[in-house]
Amino acid sequence: MADTLLSLRGLTKAYPGVVANDDVSFDIRVGEIHALLGENGAGKSTLVKMIYGLVKPDRGAMTLAGAPYDPAEPKAARASGVSMVFQHFSLFEALSVAENVALGMENPPKTRDLAQQIRDVSEAYGLPLDPFRVVGTLSAGERQRVEIIRCLLQKPRLFIMDEPTSVLTPQEVEILFATLRKLTSEGTAILYISHKLEEIRALCDHATILRLGKKVATCTPAESTARELGELMVGTSFAAPVPRAHSVGAVLLDVNDLSLPAPGAFGTPLRGISFSVKAGEILGLGGVAGNGQDELLAALSGERLSAPGSVVLKDEDVSRSGPMARRDAGLLSAPEERLGHAAAPAMSLIENGVLTAARREDLVTGGFVNWGKARSFAETVISRFDVRTPSPGTAAGALSGGNLQKFVIGREILQRPDVLVVNQPTWGVDAAAAAAIRQALLDLAAQGAAIIVISQDLDELMEVSERFGALNEGRLSPIRPVGELDIEQIGLMLGGAHDMEVAHVA
Amino acid sequence: MDLTSINPILLVASIMISATPILLAAIGEMVVEKAGVLNLGVEGMMITGAVVGFATAVSTGSPALGFAAAALASAVLSLSFGVLTQILMSNQVATGLGLTLVGLGLSALIGKPYEGMKSPTLPKLDIPVLGDIPLLGRMLFSHDAMVYLSLLLVLAVWATLKYTRAGLILRAVGESHDAAHALGYKVIRIRMTAIFFGGACAGLGGAYLSLVRVPQWTEGMTAGAGWIALAIVVFASWRAERVLIGAYLFGGVTVLQLNLQAAGAKVPVEILSMSPYLITILVLVVISARGAHGAPASLGRPFHASS
Amino acid sequence: MIRMERRAQPSRVWTALTPVLAVMLTMVVGGIMFALLGKPPLDAIRTIFWDPLFHPQFAAYSRPQLLVKAGPLILIAIGLSLGFRAGIWNIGAEGQYIVGAICGAGMGLAVYPTTSPLIFPAMVLAGAFGGWLWAMIPAFLKVRFGTNEILVSLMLVYVAEALLASASQKLLRNPDGMGFPGSRNFQQYPAAHNGEILANSGLHWGVLAAFVAVIFAYVLLTRHIQGFNIRLTGEAPRAARFSGVSPARIIFLCLGFGGALAGAAGLFEVSGPAGQISIDFNSGYGFTAIIVAFLGRLHPVGILLAGLLMALTYIGGELAQLMLGVPGASIQLFQGMLLFFLLATDVFTNFRVRFGKTEIA
Repeated sequence: MADTLLSLRGLTKAYPGVVANDDVSFDIRVGEIHALLGENGAGKSTLVKMIYGLVKPDRGAMTLAGAPYDPAEPKAARASGVSMVFQHFSLFEALSVAENVALGMENPPKTRDLAQQIRDVSEAYGLPLDPFRVVGTLSAGERQRVEIIRCLLQKPRLFIMDEPTSVLTPQEVEILFATLRKLTSEGTAILYISHKLEEIRALCDHATILRLGKKVATCTPAESTARELGELMVGTSFAAPVPRAHSVGAVLLDVNDLSLPAPGAFGTPLRGISFSVKAGEILGLGGVAGNGQDELLAALSGERLSAPGSVVLKDEDVSRSGPMARRDAGLLSAPEERLGHAAAPAMSLIENGVLTAARREDLVTGGFVNWGKARSFAETVISRFDVRTPSPGTAAGALSGGNLQKFVIGREILQRPDVLVVNQPTWGVDAAAAAAIRQALLDLAAQGAAIIVISQDLDELMEVSERFGALNEGRLSPIRPVGELDIEQIGLMLGGAHDMEVAHVA
Repeated sequence: MDLTSINPILLVASIMISATPILLAAIGEMVVEKAGVLNLGVEGMMITGAVVGFATAVSTGSPALGFAAAALASAVLSLSFGVLTQILMSNQVATGLGLTLVGLGLSALIGKPYEGMKSPTLPKLDIPVLGDIPLLGRMLFSHDAMVYLSLLLVLAVWATLKYTRAGLILRAVGESHDAAHALGYKVIRIRMTAIFFGGACAGLGGAYLSLVRVPQWTEGMTAGAGWIALAIVVFASWRAERVLIGAYLFGGVTVLQLNLQAAGAKVPVEILSMSPYLITILVLVVISARGAHGAPASLGRPFHASS
Repeated sequence: MIRMERRAQPSRVWTALTPVLAVMLTMVVGGIMFALLGKPPLDAIRTIFWDPLFHPQFAAYSRPQLLVKAGPLILIAIGLSLGFRAGIWNIGAEGQYIVGAICGAGMGLAVYPTTSPLIFPAMVLAGAFGGWLWAMIPAFLKVRFGTNEILVSLMLVYVAEALLASASQKLLRNPDGMGFPGSRNFQQYPAAHNGEILANSGLHWGVLAAFVAVIFAYVLLTRHIQGFNIRLTGEAPRAARFSGVSPARIIFLCLGFGGALAGAAGLFEVSGPAGQISIDFNSGYGFTAIIVAFLGRLHPVGILLAGLLMALTYIGGELAQLMLGVPGASIQLFQGMLLFFLLATDVFTNFRVRFGKTEIA
């Protein structure tokens, strides 16, 4: 085909124990937006790393605009006109925008000229950005602009974007789509990686779907329904969570005017957060990454203490108590970061059970750990939550993300909390496991627990929660019943435009 | 006590001499830490430099060759740290300590035959015009070449980090090795280069001790200078110009306490001789109480390219 | 090309195997070093590792020395290992050892020449207290101001050495010593003397204390929740805070424990094998103990074995010095190399090394 830009033929890449890509072939045309669709672990990342020269394929070949293309390193890929915006890990927080951009270029101009170029490009594509700001002080959306501009300055022929909208508000997503369409009109091809079906249907010309490392289909998303795409992507059907009928009881957790300074140079302060949750209820807190989610969880779990009266559990002030005392009182939590926060990677599942369940499950007597009891607790979690692991003695870090997440959530749920706070409960978890986790949360609520689900996945929040609020720069929007909300309103809430009085500067 | 016996001109001049070894070691270590590597082996590299520099100068009669050999020997030694921490992924703290212990043993072994010997030392430069300025000339412009070289080195490190692409890449690797790797930079190669440079600087600093400052070889003669260099990097919040200030302040304290001892101050000798270390602790406390920002974000963290 | 893959969990086999491999590598490279020094390499290695235990002539003298040297090394290393496990890098054990010795000896000398069975236990307590106090300085500064404990504890070694110089020349100098520096000798003060419990065994109270410490640390780390908290803090500090472990408490606990053990070791040494406070009674045990702790994989039983091995190299080194004229410093280098090779071979514990096609790294 004359207008084919990049053609992949039989790309295969195996890691020990897993074939990440198995004989994948497809074409990307000049000036099209081509979606790469698949679940976590379907092999999307490995595939784009091969295109970008970070990983060498075991077998297969690529041609770029008719010429053989085999980049030995990202530099070579960039020289051929292929650039990439990463989902994580490619900005330097302590450096300025201009320095970050310069690091992504082969021969950057002088700082002053570069700053001017950044301003020019950012205006041309509607992405305002100050070249001398330190990246650590930027919002997630602004950081993405830095990466996009870094790529655009190289005038790429193929532009790869890895899950670009996971950190954006709906309004920011619209701006991004406009930018991408403008780019394609100028002849740039875009490889767009996502698992969000509606987004792909709205934006992409073609879609290639991967499942378990293999190409399942290449299709035209506008002509398929989201359901068809979803079935191609997942392969099997899974049970969608069913909320059970139950009554809402007394207020179990009451948060009043909770404020905390930012924990570090690039953290988010909490500003006057107030809400309450009742027994049997799930409160969903949405928000774009980095708007105070981690900080709120730390303030609720007891990792950080707040002013007296700001966290009240069952009419008892626990603001000055640490995590152990709060657990004793029935307030449990599961942080977002599984490895290193919710669990210790090098320790066994048995030990990771003791991590939070030591006292509620009576695993410790007179200061001595009862390892027999600890093992049977871990075994219970493993069997009840279908955690796939060789044994309870296996290190947490050896489990897949989804299995460890099931363990972490299960560990808290099995301790029968009165109040449970979870942050990103299904992040990086495959669809079946995610459904199981959501169902477990719904069941727990049905048994009379109050649950707070903090998540960046709006679909998830709409599915499980009765009421919804959004975090923005450490502030919480007013809480609304989910039934009353449409996507427009949610977007405004996420963006911080609350229909409330003008926020005073903290 | 007779304070008039302390000559201010000689005082300033000797502060510069006393600060130079620490300045050299500290500016090298700062570059290493800017690249995200914590090398606690400065003491071991310094003392290796001290003994190799001394031995070379004694056998060849050339202090300049001594300095060159010292820089090379310490840099090669530092590469062992580099191989262990960067390629074999060993713990940086433990390996740095190991490097210090190896350096102390190695230097004692090499230095045994050289104890009590005298070595040729560096000549004082006779800088025309500047050296003839009354007072200032003798204070600032009548030193040996290494004093000025160390100052030039600070200037060069400062300018490189601030204005050049190499400096930017070095800082980037120290901030986030994952991001740098994703952009295609050779994290390990860059860090090895920084470690090598840091080793060479520590070697020069050690050689300055044994060839100029003392000048003699005695076992364990660095007496914690390498550790103080590490403290100065923290004090300086990883900025070259502040490393200079820190090293000269520390040099000042050392010289002052020696002068006070000589002048027969009423302060007990042991208090005076422990004062440099106590002041270092005090400075560390003040800096950390202020919440020292500026540490490279990847400092001390192991990097494994898991593609 | 060689390529490394991180193991999902550390290999148990390699954890036990690497110290053995490190010792063998050290022997090989050490042998080369001795050959370069013009000494017969095999003789040197045999003199260091074999003769102290089995030489018909010297073993009778050197076998008891094994316990004498291993006692303080094990005692200090056990204390350090708890901190290292928790990611707290107390490298100033030498200073805590010195200050403990000064405090304990001071206690004994203060009551000279009274006799009471309580004197020696009181000295041990005073020694442990001195070491504890010295370690509390970096602990407090770290908790209160976030000051780096590596640098502070190390600086305090030099301060302690200045104190030792002062104590041996002024405060604790033997009034009957005709002006020579150094305190009274405890061997002439039975109530305060840390003598051998069994004749010609080398077993003194400090060695016994070291064995007790090994058992205590083993139980603490494997059975007790505080030991679990220490390990958790080292493995994942954020997870520890999430669990409810107070970082300050762990810092005080680990540094305090390490300091107290080092201080007690100092007292056992000064009141026994060394005999008196003198400017150089400390033979660098505080630093060698760091090697012992790592060589023993920060595991109590491993430390017990590593302490004995390290003691062997001390005694064997002296023997080699005596019989082959090997320089004393070469033993120090030998010990340093041992740590280096251990750290190098440790790669097998955490990584699977594969030979094959290269990966873009």
